[in-house]
Amino acid sequence: MALAIDADLVPVDRLSRARKLHLLLFGLLIFVSLGSLTTGATGVALMDVLWKLLQGQELSQVERIVLFDIRIPRLAMGLMVGASLAVAGAVMQGLFRNPLADPGIVGVSAGAGLGAIMSIVLGGLLPLAILESVGRHLTPIAAFCGGWVTTILLYRVSTRHGRTSVATMLLAGIAIGALSGAATGVLTYIANDAQLRDMTFWGMGSLAGASWGKLAVAGPIMLISMGGVMFMGRGLNALALGEATAHHIGIEVQKLKNLAILAVAASVGAAVAVSGGIGFVGIVVPHLLRLGTGPDHRALLPNAALLGASLLVGADMIARVIIAPAELPIGIVMAILGAPVFLWILLRQRGVVDL
Amino acid sequence: MIKAQHLNVKLSGKSILSDLSFEAQPGHVTSIVGPNGSGKTTLLRAMTGDLAYTGRVEINGRDMQGQKPWELATVRGVLPQASALAFPFSVVEVVNIGLQGGRSGQSSTVASAALSRVGLAGYAHRPYQELSGGEQQRVQLARVLAQIWHPVEDGEARWLFLDEPVSALDISHQLQVMNIARDFADQGGGVVAVMHDLNLTAMFSDKMVLMANGHIKAAGPVAEVLTNDHLSSAYGCSVAVNQTPNDPVPFILPQAAVA
Repeated sequence: MALAIDADLVPVDRLSRARKLHLLLFGLLIFVSLGSLTTGATGVALMDVLWKLLQGQELSQVERIVLFDIRIPRLAMGLMVGASLAVAGAVMQGLFRNPLADPGIVGVSAGAGLGAIMSIVLGGLLPLAILESVGRHLTPIAAFCGGWVTTILLYRVSTRHGRTSVATMLLAGIAIGALSGAATGVLTYIANDAQLRDMTFWGMGSLAGASWGKLAVAGPIMLISMGGVMFMGRGLNALALGEATAHHIGIEVQKLKNLAILAVAASVGAAVAVSGGIGFVGIVVPHLLRLGTGPDHRALLPNAALLGASLLVGADMIARVIIAPAELPIGIVMAILGAPVFLWILLRQRGVVDL
Repeated sequence: MIKAQHLNVKLSGKSILSDLSFEAQPGHVTSIVGPNGSGKTTLLRAMTGDLAYTGRVEINGRDMQGQKPWELATVRGVLPQASALAFPFSVVEVVNIGLQGGRSGQSSTVASAALSRVGLAGYAHRPYQELSGGEQQRVQLARVLAQIWHPVEDGEARWLFLDEPVSALDISHQLQVMNIARDFADQGGGVVAVMHDLNLTAMFSDKMVLMANGHIKAAGPVAEVLTNDHLSSAYGCSVAVNQTPNDPVPFILPQAAVA
């Protein structure tokens, strides 16, 4: 699945360049985060608040609520969801050895979303003992299970003898998406009004529901799976040469695959559970980074986390201000930004994709 | 040494190899030849741990079954028939992926030395995917060489497994690659190669194993295996083996073969 490179030569030592990018992206992250805290529907300006805090003045009730209960949890959620989705995309692409694999496109998000919706609508049918012990973790757990089953199914369907067929992978993604859509449709008939509102929110994706409570449940899952993934760089590099060669180089391929699938399912599941179906982060971010600093996963994965976090927080900012005081679901913003990039990738590698 | 005993391999229920035994010595190039579908590659892939088998395979006296992939990676490198690369790595980045699997670890000189060895010294920063098939195959060989750069380490031979290493190459690069294999063995390492070209095999091998229908038809020094009878019965066509006048290397002219 060749991606053409315009220049004849690849820059010498791209890896150290990619590692220098960490710092730059971290700066971007701080910049976007500050921007996100300062903009919004209410006129709470960050500088005023900071000034007040510095001078030891009391914040007004409105300022406190806007900052601590709305903007900061929302920012934290945006950072984590963006980083998780971008890293999950990069890991999936490494695992499937294909730059088109994205949790949104191949149906992993849809599977996780179906799990989440089932937990909303049918959760009440579970035995009380389970409900009480799982509590508010039910939706993230269900989303994780949905994402996990989907990823395993997808890998089984599209990979034969250690090679992944792009066509099968994308078609399986369509089938899984359709199935999940149909099941969601059925569930709308038995859902009540409150559940229906929740379900609509899954479809479009939004960070509007961010709260400390949700963050406490989904945050650790996202952080742990992202942390674990950072050790997979060397293995994913070797996997780019095929499963057999990765084994010859000394990688425990089956273990790597299992862990990668688990990490993708956990981070996508947790992200979908708190923010719904936000697409294209997982494809846009790794693709841009590969163009800029090469495909080495050891630098790509941390860079993807940083850029993904910035991108989603930035998109959320656009979503909040563009039609203020109302707000656009961030899923729509990401689709507008991401779909053209996806098409551009398809155009560039037309003729080399073995569809 | 490499020692396979009572090897059985089944692929989707069908028995491909049954009760097969094989040996290769360090310092030797041991070539496995035979007609298409005779089980050559299956035998190689069983010995590299890519296929499930019953029986026993030993590398340097240790059972392969009990070893982790990274332990195996420090004693043997494998060059597959064809390699696909999923992402736009540069040539030197591909070689470095192999380097990290072996024990020469972080040594930055090994990658460029390996590339010079395969005649691609100026190619380090070219995008791998833009190279020709033959060049890609040689980059892959450089990757494998980087992984097991020293043919002998701690008094123990390293092993080079080659699956049809010259099938995509022109004649000068065929000779170059076979010379690399020859040198590796001359320096004390061991080479096991699946080969199609009987003439190159005869020129560069110490030992030959001739396979047909999942069995070993003949094994031993080249001159003992490359005989009219063995070849004709294994390949199912009448093949005549000739000898070069000065230094007696057997060769086969396809023109002299009768189907």
